[in-house]
Amino acid sequence: MTQAQLFITCLAENFLPAVLEGMVAILERLGVTLTFPPEQTCCGQPLYNSGFEAQTRPLARRWLEAFGRSDAPVVSPSGSCVDMVRHYPKLFPPGSPEHELAVDLAARTFEFSEFLVHRLGVVDVGGCFPHKVTYHASCHLLRGLGLRTEAKQLLGAVRGLELIPLHEEETCCGFGGIFSVVYPEVSEKMMAAKVQNIIASGAEYVVIGEAGCLMNIAGGLQRAGSSIRALHLIEVLAAQGGAA
Amino acid sequence: MSGEVPTTIDFRGYTQQVPPTIPAAVQQATGRFFGTRSARVAEMPQWEELRQAAHELRLHTLLHLDAYLEQAARQLEAAGVQVHWAADAAEARAAVLQIAREHGVQRIVKVKSMATEEIGLNHALEAAGMQVLETDLGEFIIQLAGTGPSHIIVPAVHLKKEEIAALFTEKLGVEAPPDPVALTAIARRTLRAAFLAADMGISGANFLVAETGTLVTVTNEGNGRMCTTLPDLHVAVVAIDKVVPDWETLTVLLKLLARSATGQKLSTYTSFITGPRRAEGENGPRELHVVLLDNGRSRILRDPGGRETLKCIRCGCCLNVCPVYKNVGGFAYGWFISGPIGAILTPQLLGGEVARALPYASSLCGACEEVCPVKVPFLSIFRHLRRRVAEGDALEPPSAPVVTRLAARAAVPALGWPWLYRLGTQLLPLVLAPFRRGEWIPSLPPPLSRWTQTRPFMPFRARFRGWWARRTGQRDSRRTLLAVALVALAAGFLYRFIQTDRRANHE
Repeated sequence: MTQAQLFITCLAENFLPAVLEGMVAILERLGVTLTFPPEQTCCGQPLYNSGFEAQTRPLARRWLEAFGRSDAPVVSPSGSCVDMVRHYPKLFPPGSPEHELAVDLAARTFEFSEFLVHRLGVVDVGGCFPHKVTYHASCHLLRGLGLRTEAKQLLGAVRGLELIPLHEEETCCGFGGIFSVVYPEVSEKMMAAKVQNIIASGAEYVVIGEAGCLMNIAGGLQRAGSSIRALHLIEVLAAQGGAA
Repeated sequence: MSGEVPTTIDFRGYTQQVPPTIPAAVQQATGRFFGTRSARVAEMPQWEELRQAAHELRLHTLLHLDAYLEQAARQLEAAGVQVHWAADAAEARAAVLQIAREHGVQRIVKVKSMATEEIGLNHALEAAGMQVLETDLGEFIIQLAGTGPSHIIVPAVHLKKEEIAALFTEKLGVEAPPDPVALTAIARRTLRAAFLAADMGISGANFLVAETGTLVTVTNEGNGRMCTTLPDLHVAVVAIDKVVPDWETLTVLLKLLARSATGQKLSTYTSFITGPRRAEGENGPRELHVVLLDNGRSRILRDPGGRETLKCIRCGCCLNVCPVYKNVGGFAYGWFISGPIGAILTPQLLGGEVARALPYASSLCGACEEVCPVKVPFLSIFRHLRRRVAEGDALEPPSAPVVTRLAARAAVPALGWPWLYRLGTQLLPLVLAPFRRGEWIPSLPPPLSRWTQTRPFMPFRARFRGWWARRTGQRDSRRTLLAVALVALAAGFLYRFIQTDRRANHE
């Protein structure tokens, strides 16, 4: 029996509960036994990417403690948070118990699409979403974790789904965590270009595998007055026919 | 902008007022370059092996730079070149000035060179009364405009042909139509006369081959050969990171350079200069000087977290793929070098007090790192330099404002103490409720307005933990536990009360 621990991430926990519920539904449908370590909080990514390594360390320690209690793999709906976990070994001196635990957990922490395609060997999760969708490739999934085709394989198996290519699909949407608030004017231009390409695709939905990009692009579409909805990949995979 | 070292780089200030013509012009040109680059790369199945080889060769060279520099200097001298060592920009300028003065130089023609932009050489020469003419078309244009370069290999990339035509009309006093061929012809007429009249040529070098003391320049317009062969005096300003051990290494790097830069297999001119002319009738200057420029590079070499910045071969490919650069142009980066490589090099050359804005001028999307032909680890260097700003390190004290550092400290309990974090997830929806309009929060007060000025915020909906507990029966079991505890407690009190009551009755 496959087991997994849920790493829900701050953004998904606070803004996208449907994504987490969908993740649980899909994984349980595939026969995965899930546990949820309740002591988990933020993985420290915002602090780490701002340069505050000393402040990241206590958050990393807490995270390692929370997930280190079980040997089960960890699965998360966010590529950037998984990428952060894979940086944990750099935060602790080699040879220390924390470093060992960090290396161990970094090797068994997976982003959702990675977990499905590479750990479970599943591409068809039985979703049905009869709509025209386009896909934005998030930087951390694509270049951070090297997941270039996984989301598209999963989308390709969804009944009724028509995938429309997105112009400049692999270009950053301008979120970039703290970047979006440190340089909002640049972030806005990048987001506007992304939104323009999404609108030009003619899709009804844009599918995104990362909460940060999703909040950015969904907000951008809203401000642009577009009726196109932004959905997390998991919401589309969990859909059973109607609109998500 | 032209030649002066900035005292503070205000990246955000610049990005708040980027002229709209700049991103348009930049995106058009960089898109074309990167498109052809990708076509060339697709033709080469061994591209990734080449990148790996280049990375290893560059890193090896940097780790043994002292030895290769000495070898290069020996071989240069053996070839008849006079070598000058410059620890910083001032020493390099002084060395060039002295050579020019000794030769009574009046008119100087220049090959495009980032090293001379870095040290602000033109200003120094002009201040000494010499005429300096940039002969690369792009450099010629920005010299007329009085600005620095906005791209490593296309210095005038930010200008549209109409703007260049207007500039030519204004500065050269000629009728200039907005047509690239006509504009080039006008520049050519001005330049031809200057090449013939010049008494000194100044260049940089793309590489310096240590084993033979050979300067390598990679150009497309032919002006480089004019500048380095026609005048009797040639001075090359070469940063120490340009050294390559041997011709085999050079071969690998040349295969990567032009393809990554412009999508050419090889640039139009790849020139190898080994010493001045030896006999009458040979081409080349009577005297050749090389100024080897450190200007902070030794300090970078000592820093394991930053040193791979110096692997860069200045192809400009990271600029061509950078969504930040393509939306703000090169001037936002405040100095001679821009884009992702500028954002990591400038702070290391000028320090955090001047350039602490730049390590944050990236969304960390990683596009630069993915295409870099020598595998500069941009993301880890960005984080390394952010850490220097935030916390300080062996090289520099922290330069982040105190309020930012305090906020980072406050974030640890807020994000990391489970009870406080969970309390936050429950309280924030209430705190933000007055700002909510339907499914969105359209605007928030500062500092959160930095998000909402661009797009609305999503309302907090932290319901997962409750949902999970309910469906797994945890909350119920916890309630049962609580109920059992309360009943037990009550029973205990009752028992004691009865006992006390009995004892009282017995007494």
